[in-house]
Amino acid sequence: MEAATATTPVRPAPATGSGWRRTDRIFVGVCWATGILLCLIAGSLVLFMLVKGLQFLSVNLLTTHPVSDLDQSKTGGFLDPLIGTVILAVLGTLIALPLGVGAAVWLTEYGRPSWLARAVESGIEMVAGTPSIVLAIFGLLLFSQQFLSFLSFTAAGNAVFGRSFFAAGAMMSLIALPLIFGATRSALQAIPGHVREASYALGKTKAATIRRVLLPMSREGVATGTALGMGRIAGDTAIVVILLGATLRLQGVGDVPVVGTLRGTGSTLTSYVYNNSPAGEGNAPDKAYAAAFVLLMVVIALNFGIDLITSRRGRRA
Amino acid sequence: MTGPVSPATEPNRSDRRAELMLGALASVVLVLIAGMLVFVLTKAWPSFSHNGLAWFGSGGNVDDQLIDIFNSPANPDKYEYTLHAWPLLYATALVTVGAVAIGLSFALFAAIFIVEFAPDRLRAVLEPVVRLLAAVPSVIYGLIGILVLVPFVGNHLIGTETKKSVAYVVQLSGNSMLVAVVILTVMITPIMIALIVDALRAVPGSWTEGAHALGANRWRVVWTIAVRAARPAIVGACVLATARALGEAIMLSMVSGSVGFAPNPLDGLTFFVEPMRPLAATIVDNAEGLSVKPLGQTLYAFAAVLLVSSLFLSLGAWAVRQPMKRYGVRP
Repeated sequence: MEAATATTPVRPAPATGSGWRRTDRIFVGVCWATGILLCLIAGSLVLFMLVKGLQFLSVNLLTTHPVSDLDQSKTGGFLDPLIGTVILAVLGTLIALPLGVGAAVWLTEYGRPSWLARAVESGIEMVAGTPSIVLAIFGLLLFSQQFLSFLSFTAAGNAVFGRSFFAAGAMMSLIALPLIFGATRSALQAIPGHVREASYALGKTKAATIRRVLLPMSREGVATGTALGMGRIAGDTAIVVILLGATLRLQGVGDVPVVGTLRGTGSTLTSYVYNNSPAGEGNAPDKAYAAAFVLLMVVIALNFGIDLITSRRGRRA
Repeated sequence: MTGPVSPATEPNRSDRRAELMLGALASVVLVLIAGMLVFVLTKAWPSFSHNGLAWFGSGGNVDDQLIDIFNSPANPDKYEYTLHAWPLLYATALVTVGAVAIGLSFALFAAIFIVEFAPDRLRAVLEPVVRLLAAVPSVIYGLIGILVLVPFVGNHLIGTETKKSVAYVVQLSGNSMLVAVVILTVMITPIMIALIVDALRAVPGSWTEGAHALGANRWRVVWTIAVRAARPAIVGACVLATARALGEAIMLSMVSGSVGFAPNPLDGLTFFVEPMRPLAATIVDNAEGLSVKPLGQTLYAFAAVLLVSSLFLSLGAWAVRQPMKRYGVRP
């Protein structure tokens, strides 16, 4: 934080225009135009979704199960997709959190041998660059293996179905992983070296320093990364369509209550929107608008949460 | 930056164990990537080996070929694999390059505006706006595209004459390259803006102050000093945006028309409203056929192409950044 204030450029007297070359003035004009266009696009997007959402959304939709029907007025609500989104977001973050934080801590605090550190770093960069559709069909291949059949269910003819909340959650965690890793790492790097030295001087081991000093200090970074990751998971469609089966309702497998649901298939808000748009089979645009509005609200709420976290960190520093 | 500091005392057993555990956790990622490459490439191999280099070429109708593959006989020796994927590859390249090129110029000016010219109050609005646009799920963009933009293009921008004139080749319904590129640009530009803004802010104040002292005006200073110093980050932003555009499947499958057609630049303005279908969207559209073995293998071949190109993209970005890094600033 201190570094940021130190590098803030000293602005010269804001004399824009007079005595400038014409090309320079044109470019500044283009800058203004792009900035205003950006605001217009975002404004019209949010406003449009707000109008459509308030027009079609009702409390009923949030609390009733979806029914498949050709008539749009009889297709019920989207309680199941809503629950599906929550399950996936929680499951994905639960898997990604230890992986991302562990990798970040190892890389900043140990990082030995250095070739492995470099490999891990670029590996995570590669995961960030891998399209989610590729992750999705890789997941399908992985979870169709015989030895992972306990995570989904085995269909007739001994073929493993490979589509379940477990499978989708595991692949979703790979989407959240780079974000959690990046945020944690920059938080750890921002902690000055003398903090570590002070802890060592008190006779603490490195592991104790990480657990008692460094991780608590980087809590906000981890939280920001987690919120970003949850937003990405909530917004991803490709993995849900391919790896969750995109059945309208939650369809559990077996009798164990929670595990049964997680082994089963379901849908999320994103796949609900996709299936109800003209591109899917449902073709119920009103429902799609309503669900998309709820999804947008979820994403905005997560963004707002991130702002809250960062502003709290700013006040403390 | 100096390397990690270590305690002066000898590391004890529990410390050693913690290092090993964390290291193992970090290595899981590498195992996953290796697994992904091996799994996807082995699964995709039959499709490549049956077609050879013709796989990447053009010829015939891709959609018919995919249907033939889907309907191939149950006997493994008689599986149908013939595929010439050129229209799909071409469509992918077209939307990606189009969106990244438009997005980059737009993002550069927008980032300069946010960092240098925007009044403080407008800047306080713009930054959350950029973050919001980056966070909006692709399916929402797709929904707006298919319910608002596609009908608009179909009803107002394409005349009945034009539709009739190409009706024997392809149907023009508004699902088009134009809509796909426009929405994709809106999707990837915010990511680029955010990264370029960070990079421009990281340029040392003394550099820009020096230029100001020499009498350069604000635009010249930003353009010649800050933007140049931020070049490595700009390349990085482009790569990230390209990766996102390459892999965008859902939105493109909704608005691009889902026809394996290669838009022809010689068609004049009609070129922009011709339908197409990029690789990633093809996988989503045929997801139900994944269980049919030959079609599944073909779809994994598409995934392999995407995977390998995104790997080369990260590699290329790394290589481009190396010589630039010495002169530039990396946030």
